[in-house]
Amino acid sequence: MLRRLAVLASILLLAALLAGCVLPEPSTYPEEMPTEVEEQPTLTTPDIVEGMFNVAFVYVGPIGDGGWTYAHNDGRLYLEENLDNVNTAYLESVPEGADAERVIRSLARKGFDLIYTTSFGYMDPTAIVAEEFPDQAFVHVSGLKKNDHNFANLFGSMESAKYLAGMVAGARAAEDGSNRVGYVAPFPIPEIVRLGNAMTMGMRRTCPECVMDVRWIFSWFDPEGEREAAVSMIDAGATVIITGADTAIPVQVAGEMGFTGVPGNSANACDAAPEACLGVPYWNWGPAYVEIAQAVMDGTFEPDDFYLGAPDNIVGFAGFMEGEVPQPAVPDWVIPEVDDVLQQMRNGEFTRFDMFTGPIHDNAGNLVVPEGESLTQSDLEGIDDELGALLGRPGCTYCMGWLAEGFVADAQVPQ
Amino acid sequence: MTGSTASGTMPSGRLRLRLEARDQPGLLTHVAVSLLLLVAALLLAGVVMMVAGGNPLDVYRSMFGAGFGSKWGLNDTLVKMVPLTLASLGVALAFRMKMWNIGAEGQLLMGALAASGIALFAVPPDMPQWLALGLMAAAGAAGGAVWGIVPGWLRAQFGVNEIISTLMLNYVALSIVQFFVYGPWGERGFGLTPMFERNTWLPRLTEFADQWSALRGLTLHLGILAVPVAIVLLTILLNRTKFGFEIAMVGDNPDAARYAGVRLRRTMIIVMALSGALAGMAGMNEVSGVVHRLLEHISPGYGYTAIIVAWLGRFNPLAVAVVAFLFGGLIVGADEIQSAGISSLLQGVILFVMVSGNLLIRYRIRLRAPEMLE
Repeated sequence: MLRRLAVLASILLLAALLAGCVLPEPSTYPEEMPTEVEEQPTLTTPDIVEGMFNVAFVYVGPIGDGGWTYAHNDGRLYLEENLDNVNTAYLESVPEGADAERVIRSLARKGFDLIYTTSFGYMDPTAIVAEEFPDQAFVHVSGLKKNDHNFANLFGSMESAKYLAGMVAGARAAEDGSNRVGYVAPFPIPEIVRLGNAMTMGMRRTCPECVMDVRWIFSWFDPEGEREAAVSMIDAGATVIITGADTAIPVQVAGEMGFTGVPGNSANACDAAPEACLGVPYWNWGPAYVEIAQAVMDGTFEPDDFYLGAPDNIVGFAGFMEGEVPQPAVPDWVIPEVDDVLQQMRNGEFTRFDMFTGPIHDNAGNLVVPEGESLTQSDLEGIDDELGALLGRPGCTYCMGWLAEGFVADAQVPQ
Repeated sequence: MTGSTASGTMPSGRLRLRLEARDQPGLLTHVAVSLLLLVAALLLAGVVMMVAGGNPLDVYRSMFGAGFGSKWGLNDTLVKMVPLTLASLGVALAFRMKMWNIGAEGQLLMGALAASGIALFAVPPDMPQWLALGLMAAAGAAGGAVWGIVPGWLRAQFGVNEIISTLMLNYVALSIVQFFVYGPWGERGFGLTPMFERNTWLPRLTEFADQWSALRGLTLHLGILAVPVAIVLLTILLNRTKFGFEIAMVGDNPDAARYAGVRLRRTMIIVMALSGALAGMAGMNEVSGVVHRLLEHISPGYGYTAIIVAWLGRFNPLAVAVVAFLFGGLIVGADEIQSAGISSLLQGVILFVMVSGNLLIRYRIRLRAPEMLE
């Protein structure tokens, strides 16, 4: 009897552990990140305040991720500070699966006037709920869909900031004598390919001999996978690691091994490893959040594919913005050129389309984009004819499925 | 039974705590002890919340409101209850025979995968809905059953420990799902398949809003009917059939069962197949009734929660369904609380107290004066 009970007890303990494992991650990662989250009541349930304009945010990760979600939460705080009579609320660590639609619908039922959903996997759930609540506005970040009355999508030209990161990384690798940079790439999707190509072109601008290694980790948030990818590329000779995944771990790892790296997404990401950090291409969602909220308040909101550029201030490169000093590991000689290109980007003289203008070769030496041709927005987003027909947008000609010259020759976009 | 009392012996000269087995824990004991434990868990979690700077009463009020307090909350809770109940019933069936099937998660995933395969590739858009759904349900059950039969057969044939094999197969199933949603069935590398055609969706209440306007916006789907059907069938199977009797007999004493003529291996494999089929149906319900596509995170751990639900429901089908309903509400309610870490902590404390305190159903605590001889 006692033995049976012991078996049962151990099974239940195991089950409880496993159930615990699949619950949302507590917001404690990475530990080194100084958390400057504002004073919030510790336990809150998102709710509207009568008489105010109510905005809700759905986050895929914990605010404390020091990356993607952290940047969105910064945008939320900016919105609260910069628009009067706005009440904001959020739900963090909402899984992209079956629960997303329920959570978004529950926020809509509570009467939020505007709901931002901030992960690609929320696209269809947001679209579905938007149809059910035609009097409220929905904005999906990083997606493709919209409707004609209350549902828009929002994204921005992160490729501009990644290009600058590539310039700095190339300079550093040239200085190191390794001429080799590594890219921790989350998924083989057009966005990640586009960002990789942008940073590789930036790298080649400051270091024509440099090559870009790449590891696909098939996750946005996988601390162990991110670490392994960084170590593997350093073992292969890279001395600078640029990560497209959520944590700053690849940069910390590079730092521990005496090298440098570029984290992403949130303006303070260098704090995780200041010595090793070269700068951060980061998101600055606040102004866009304010503009859209204002339009909804005024009744002038017209859903669209909002894809903002560097002049709209939706992205930045930490260390090189007004009043900032480049990180110590950035070679001095590259700073004026980076400042210059950043200025051109802010002035609209060097857009993402200028960046992706032919001739562009791929890493096997084939000419992908002929001289004088520029990629279109559909090319950049890899929207093929079939998807384009569905979205009511033109299909792509030079679809984003190739790796630019500068990637190591055997690098590929997995199927 | 009385010989196996576990005693928490204190040094002599003081009061001693003893656990004594109850003779026949009745229904009333079950209910009373469970309610008591729930209160204890809420109190304990409340203390943690107060330490964290929140007001437990407010939190509980809004949790209850979100899970049970409105037709919307009830709707969401019932939607959650469907996969939880089906997977938990599967687990309970196997546990009745002391087959420790902790592979409901993997069986659910394989059911979802099989049903999705049918929806994506075997259902033309003009196929009648009842037929499409029937095919998907059959495929879901079959997918889960296969994932139950494998460890069942390994146990029956070679004595392979089913705790290990079912647990490991969960990870295999997840990898298979990942392979398909990122690979051949994937859409744009994002770990999800295209959305299914409308005729493969389980009808939702909101679709009948034209006739009954009160149903507008309610997402409860036809899959909820599987819950009473499964409860009735399982109750009949367990209590009214020879096979059900054999299951109980094998669970109590396999040797005696064999002497009595029960074909042990056959029984094990069939039970594991049925157990897996129920979990597989849960997976089919999620893809067809809720998400309408297959994705990597199709299950937020229903298969693991099912083990706890089955245990708290004492493997009794009706009780399991009641617990699944309450758990559905708990999950829906806790999802409303920020930060997200607090909500998982809450769920954890409640689980922990309920599970560890369950001992009190079988045993009672006795305080004893020190014995003279000591």
